[in-house]
Amino acid sequence: MPLIDVQQITKVYQLGDVSVKALCAISLKIENGEFIAIMGPSGSGKSTFMNIIGCLDKPTSGRYLFDGSDVGSLGRDELAAIRNKKIGFVFQGFNLLPRTSALENVELPMLYNGVTARERMQRAMSSLKSVGLEGRERHFSNQLSGGQQQRVAVARALVNNAPVILADEPTGNLDTKTSAEIMELFTKLNAEANITIILITHEADIAGYSRRIIKFRDGCIINDERGKNI
Amino acid sequence: MINIPSTLKISFRALRVNKMRSALTMLGIIIGVSAVIAMLAVGKGASQKIADQIASIGSNLLIILPGSTSAGGVRMGAGTQPTLTMGDTEAILREAPAVADVAPDHGGVAQVVYGNQNWATGIRGTTPNFLNVREWQLASGRVFTEQEVKSGAKVCLLGQTVVDNLFGDIDPIGQIVRIKKVPFTVIGVLAPKGQSLTGADQDDIILVPITVAQRQLFGTPFPGMVRIIHVKAKSSEDLPDAERQITQLLRQRHRIGPKQENDFTVRNLTQVMQAREESQRVTSLLLGAIASVSLIVGGIGIMNIMLVSVTERTREIGIRMAVGARTWDIRLQFIIEALTLSLIGGMIGIIIGVGGSKMFSVFAEWPTIISPFYVVLAFCFSGLVGIFFGFYPAYKASLLDPIDALRYE
Ligand SMILES: Nc1ncnc2c1ncn2[C@@H]1O[C@H](COP(=O)(O)OP(=O)(O)OP(=O)(O)O)[C@@H](O)[C@H]1O
Ligand SMILES: [Mg+2]
Repeated sequence: MPLIDVQQITKVYQLGDVSVKALCAISLKIENGEFIAIMGPSGSGKSTFMNIIGCLDKPTSGRYLFDGSDVGSLGRDELAAIRNKKIGFVFQGFNLLPRTSALENVELPMLYNGVTARERMQRAMSSLKSVGLEGRERHFSNQLSGGQQQRVAVARALVNNAPVILADEPTGNLDTKTSAEIMELFTKLNAEANITIILITHEADIAGYSRRIIKFRDGCIINDERGKNI
Repeated sequence: MINIPSTLKISFRALRVNKMRSALTMLGIIIGVSAVIAMLAVGKGASQKIADQIASIGSNLLIILPGSTSAGGVRMGAGTQPTLTMGDTEAILREAPAVADVAPDHGGVAQVVYGNQNWATGIRGTTPNFLNVREWQLASGRVFTEQEVKSGAKVCLLGQTVVDNLFGDIDPIGQIVRIKKVPFTVIGVLAPKGQSLTGADQDDIILVPITVAQRQLFGTPFPGMVRIIHVKAKSSEDLPDAERQITQLLRQRHRIGPKQENDFTVRNLTQVMQAREESQRVTSLLLGAIASVSLIVGGIGIMNIMLVSVTERTREIGIRMAVGARTWDIRLQFIIEALTLSLIGGMIGIIIGVGGSKMFSVFAEWPTIISPFYVVLAFCFSGLVGIFFGFYPAYKASLLDPIDALRYE
């Protein structure tokens, strides 16, 4: 059974009289433990697709099965539970809480699954350490640089040990060295913990870490290459 | 499993971020709670004051005044025509079975002199029964006897205020005072009673034998006339009987025909004051109810601010939902925020309400009684207001679509 099974999903945004077709009947299967890079020009529907498979957004039509269950038939709280336990999401715009420390931002997902305060703190600290933000735990999110904010967002996505990481341009604001560190981290998680990694990137060398590259254009998949690399 | 401690922490933080706004929002609840508490405290103080006064005039008390209450629809005013006599007094005690004791009362205001001190006070000529009827105790000395009343002995009992003004620290017993230039020997001092219902000082009084008051101090249009008759019924159940028996007896004695008006008035003081106490109680509850309306207005203020807050924090709500906050996580967060506002407001309101009542007591010399029950009630009510008015904004927040909320600018 595929972990992610997308069947003929479309997404149409209605802006007044104009309808923007962001996704055109996409079908895709992703197995547990895959490491995928999604590429494509700006506006090609990558984020839209990511939001749908991340159970944040719903497709206009089509069916989406996550881990065997039809996402379209799940209620709000069931979806929230999936987002909390099964998926770690790194947003393109980071989406950190303002006026809140890096530590508390990383603790946030654990507020909603009954982790004790002490364990929350420990896990958040080690997650921040793994993205190289040791010593920045008490900084407010708006006191951090763009790259640091991005790494807080990555730390937050990792902290619940979710089996799937969805990352929308997780290295977009990072220099080559930090990018490489983050990608090493993803590679390690994928190899050692069999965590499924799906990330969006514009850079070929970042995509190079993955084992499958899916290319989008105008809301459609134009290329799906496997087995390159490693 | 909802994480209450962290939800509390989040709420506190959100309130701290907008200190001024939180404070202003609380103000409504603060005013509401302190008004409820102060109103009830002042009201309860007032009823207590009346209850004390009822106790101080003596229980089961009737007073009989000369003159009719109403004559052909026109109120003549009780006490205008002298119609009551010592004979009436004795007859009531003898012939009205529901009556326990009777005391006549004839007097007026006069100047009292002791040494070089002088003081104008109310002089009441009466019999020893007066103390029993009005449930008045002696602080020191003795009461004049029936014999002294008969013989017209020039002896007197002083109220505490008179003692304070004429004697200071000197023991008045055995001293001579002059009332309207007539010398009287002080034989006793009355125990203090405090203010009457009208605020008059009940201790500003001198009691003398009625015979002396009638013959030497104030005079009478005819012998044996008295101004007021004080009657004590056997019990509060006997009050209506006593009133009826007295009315019947006096109509007979005064030869009043069946079509004629009474030439006297019987007043049930206890009843009058109990009615007053009851109406005071109702008034204070009413004031409390009006004050609680301001609590509700405060609640609407909370709802208003919470709605603004939900809109402002749409993105935050989106982020929380995106990382797994469920419907009730979001709802509770905002309800707890509203509850925190209202309970802190309630607590400050209690402090101000209690403090304000105490200050009012001191400055207005009006007793206030703070009932812990009402304090707890006001506090719980403010909490309820918080939950009630916090629910709708919280409900609205919980229904946001995660992706729309994330995109909200
Ligand atoms: N909320 C929205 N309302 C209307 N149109 C939208 C909305 N979100 C996305 N779109 C449109 O859908 C299309 C796909 O957008 P999407 O964000 O998925 O692009 P993307 O591939 O992630 O681009 P980028 O690489 O710049 O992030 C775009 O044409 C965009 O204008
Ligand atoms: Mg995008």
